[in-house]
Amino acid sequence: MSGPLSGFGVVLARDLRLAFRRPGEMANPVLFFILITAIFPLGLSPEPELLRTVAPGILWGAALLSSLLALDLLFKSDYEDGSLEQLVLSGHSLPVMVLAKTLAHWMVSGLPLVLIAPLLASALYLPAEAWGTLMLGLLLGTPTLSLLGAMGAALTTGLGTGSALLSLLVLPLATPILIFGARGVDLAVQGMDPVGPLYLLAAILFLALSLLPLAIATAVRISLD
Amino acid sequence: MWKLFHQFGSPPHFYRLAGYLIPWFGAAALILILVATYGGLVLAPADYQQGDGFRIIYVHVPSASMSLFAYTLMATAAGIGLIWRIKLAHAVAAAAAPIGASFTFLALATGSIWGKPMWGTWWAWDARLTSELILLFLFLGYMSLRAANDDTGKADRASGLLAVVGVVNVPIIHYSVEWWNSLHQGATIMKLGKPAITGDMLWPLLMMIAGFGCYFATVLMIRTRSQVLQRERNTHWLKEV
Repeated sequence: MSGPLSGFGVVLARDLRLAFRRPGEMANPVLFFILITAIFPLGLSPEPELLRTVAPGILWGAALLSSLLALDLLFKSDYEDGSLEQLVLSGHSLPVMVLAKTLAHWMVSGLPLVLIAPLLASALYLPAEAWGTLMLGLLLGTPTLSLLGAMGAALTTGLGTGSALLSLLVLPLATPILIFGARGVDLAVQGMDPVGPLYLLAAILFLALSLLPLAIATAVRISLD
Repeated sequence: MWKLFHQFGSPPHFYRLAGYLIPWFGAAALILILVATYGGLVLAPADYQQGDGFRIIYVHVPSASMSLFAYTLMATAAGIGLIWRIKLAHAVAAAAAPIGASFTFLALATGSIWGKPMWGTWWAWDARLTSELILLFLFLGYMSLRAANDDTGKADRASGLLAVVGVVNVPIIHYSVEWWNSLHQGATIMKLGKPAITGDMLWPLLMMIAGFGCYFATVLMIRTRSQVLQRERNTHWLKEV
């Protein structure tokens, strides 16, 4: 099998298999998501009225932070055992393969957040009408976060600086996702049409899908120099 | 054209040219800023609403516009450096970042000082203030990524890529923040409308912006020269200088 997409499936399957062999690591983003969400009622107050108002922001902020959490590991082990170098040397299109890696990463760290979001939403007394918007928004927004994060991870891999630098690089770039995501849920809570922010999230996702793999591939090449 | 491009990209040529230009730009900056300060603080009439308080505009607006200009210039230089592998362009980008961060900080600080008497608060989640704050973090991220790489060539390309990705994102951030803000608070804070600014308030402002631009160019050239000195420290032409 050859062509520009060869290697995509192979890398995707490999990364998913590796992830499933380490279920503990896979659970981390979800646990982190739950924990951050649980911290806010403890810090604010258990009052349903208040929690319902701040829930969109809390849920989206928590999703943003938890998707950052696992990024460190995206390229790290591949960098250390040399398989990242093999990917670059394999002659297949590097942007396609880093896209496969990012997709695998999103499937184990972003998708679970989307699925568990309604549970946390109900814990924060978010009305059930807004759950769909929340999930759809996360479904459109978390892949962009993974792509942005993959670029940050590729730039910081091999520097040994830890995740603080990674967050400093990625969080400012991710603010639009947070704004549109939380805004959409907010509109849905107020009974208005949330379709505007969702369209914007989708537009940003497609922009990110088309441009960021190139940037990630360049960043991987720079890191390997 | 390519010859010109290569000539301008050559460090010795730049080093000499910048050494020649720095005094001129420095003098222009000094004169423009002095005249604009006099025009802004003495000649311009007090604002009918804000009294003399509005005069901080002569620092605030030039530094805010310079901060955006510095980011654009940094990202353009970094992009040129990435695409054509011109080391001098990377040196310019590296030199521009701290200046841009300082302008951003100055814009935030003066905005905050201006906000206290006018809006009654040090900080408002105003769209422009917020995007300026995010811009500051973009600068800081760029500088920390550069500082984290020990190898200069690698630092150049890694931070350059970040700057290029950032500059694509800046308009999205700007509009998202503006939209978020207009839906969130709109009426709670008395916003400064855009008054039709009179001529005698406007000319010192424009002159101040030009002065800040010349100052930016001066400092940028000085910093780029020292970057060049550092990067080319083992070359022959430097021993001759």
